[in-house]
Amino acid sequence: MTSPDKIARRKDKLERVAKVFGPGKVIPADRTVEFLELILSPGDRVVHEGDNQKQGDFLAEKLAQVDPKKVNGLKLAVSCIGLPEHLDLFENGIAEVVDFAYAGPQGGRLAELVANGTVKIGAVHTYVELYARYFAELRPDVACLVAIDADAEGNLYTGSNTEETPALVEAAAFGGGIVVVQANKLTDNLRRVDIPGEWVDFVIESPKPFHLEALFTKDPALLDETRILMAMMAMKAIYQKYLPKVLNHGVGFNTAAIELLLPTYGEELGLKGKACTHWALNPHPTMIPAIESGFVEAIACIGGEVGMEDYVASKPDIFPLGRDGSLRSNRFYGQMAGHFADMFVGATLQIDPFANSSTVTADRLAGFGGAPNFGAENRARRHLSEAFLRAGAEAHAGEYMPQGRKLVVQMVETFQGANKPTFVERLEAWDAMKTAGFAVPPVMIYGDDVSHIVTEEGVANLLLCRTMEEREQAVRGVAGFTPVGLKRDHAMVANLRDRGVIQRAEDLGIRKTDVSRDRLAARNIHDLVRWSGGLYNPPSRFRNW
Amino acid sequence: MEHLSFEFDGGPNAPKSGKPYSVAGVVASSNLEVLAQPKDLGGKVRFEVSTTVAHFEEAWRAVFADFIERSQPRDVLFSINDFAAIPPVVSLRLDQAWEALA
Repeated sequence: MTSPDKIARRKDKLERVAKVFGPGKVIPADRTVEFLELILSPGDRVVHEGDNQKQGDFLAEKLAQVDPKKVNGLKLAVSCIGLPEHLDLFENGIAEVVDFAYAGPQGGRLAELVANGTVKIGAVHTYVELYARYFAELRPDVACLVAIDADAEGNLYTGSNTEETPALVEAAAFGGGIVVVQANKLTDNLRRVDIPGEWVDFVIESPKPFHLEALFTKDPALLDETRILMAMMAMKAIYQKYLPKVLNHGVGFNTAAIELLLPTYGEELGLKGKACTHWALNPHPTMIPAIESGFVEAIACIGGEVGMEDYVASKPDIFPLGRDGSLRSNRFYGQMAGHFADMFVGATLQIDPFANSSTVTADRLAGFGGAPNFGAENRARRHLSEAFLRAGAEAHAGEYMPQGRKLVVQMVETFQGANKPTFVERLEAWDAMKTAGFAVPPVMIYGDDVSHIVTEEGVANLLLCRTMEEREQAVRGVAGFTPVGLKRDHAMVANLRDRGVIQRAEDLGIRKTDVSRDRLAARNIHDLVRWSGGLYNPPSRFRNW
Repeated sequence: MEHLSFEFDGGPNAPKSGKPYSVAGVVASSNLEVLAQPKDLGGKVRFEVSTTVAHFEEAWRAVFADFIERSQPRDVLFSINDFAAIPPVVSLRLDQAWEALA
């Protein structure tokens, strides 16, 4: 139930706007600050659309320019604190609390501003968790959203990068909030209506197109042989063993290597048609060779990817396309597809000896994004699959109630760089807990959710560990030459290896001389363009030919 | 540039490919070049390291000890030109050079 107060406030704000700007939904861009001051009351909860790909940069810039004497105490909610303006709001005295899921590029500055008391954090969420809360206790008073095209009635075309717009607009439009949209273009001819105009109160034509990050473009030229070794071990020890059909890959280079090995090594391992057929995934350019080789039946897209538009449009059987032929992604639904998948494979910055992991370090509040949903054992899953049952048989062997198990794989290099080990005795999340005033450490994926860890040294199957001591030695046993790895109990690790809990390349029959870049289906971005038949159009910074 | 030399007791596996040498890797940033040559060392294994990064003698020793335990080689000389490779890369190159010679 939306309170009568909120409805009255909304009506009052709309009347004020009508008095100044006249009737109609279109607001001139050069009067955006004045407009925002009319629709914002002190203390309002403002949901700003911005994730790790698209960002409502124009509205963020104007929001940071409102007069703090008129507008202050705002509660900001944004999936990704990706713009400096998000934090300017706090330094300018306009906002005081932020709820978010990810803060990648601004993580360092955020940590500073939290430590000196300028920013208060409500919570660090997962994407789905944050969206869900917009429908419960974090109902927006104002939502600032992003579209590609809009018409004067407020109908929106959000296209390839629809992403989180549907979740945000629904929470605001049906929760008594005011919906404001920045669109790249005002037009009478929308190619498709992604969001009906009835849900939208105001549209502003932005002077320049919204920022779009090519986050999921990984250049195959940067894949070195240690990554290829890890990919081959993961494919043999996990993909071939469990045959996961529905899976999600994280954003990193390790999984990009697997994607590029599917048509070569994956074919040798007999994965085609038996595994990796359905995905919850953005249109990764590194998936093109696997798609062209017939590995993939369908991909649920969480977002779009710059340059993939034409290629995606040429695969209506694989990607979710509208009647107009362009992609419609959906972050909420895509996240749920990944949540209910057979397997998640991702990476992290730090792992402790009990397999707890976090991307939050002492000086960076990076947040988690979608990883905690993708990378959590799903206790709500009831449908069965070969992979789910095989993993469950290992995890719940000897128990009274038979159960399935999701595969949650952390694939990490033992070092992030010289002298920067991934494996640490104690997560810096504990320090972040203190400086940010959290009640518990900001852990991304809890150790008991993780089924496997893959490093250059080998694969640890934590499902087969029966005690905390075994789990700890399984982690140390693949932690390489990090301090955590060097502190292993050699006898226990040898025993775990005999039992197949730890597998090295030689245990899997992988010769190091077979570990070669020649195995990659594409060795650079240009190869990907060729695989796509010229339809993939990479951003200029990836064009080096 | 630091020069280090290590000698370990070898295992049962002498190089038997008949090749005079093998090379793995390249001298490039975060990488290294490993030259492996059969050499009568009375059953021992020797590592000669030239590296751009000083003060990592113990790390080198740990990586070599791990390699010896894994592959059990004997009578080989490994000459290494290192450009700040991290330990897992060193391990991979040693394995590749040895596999080609064994």
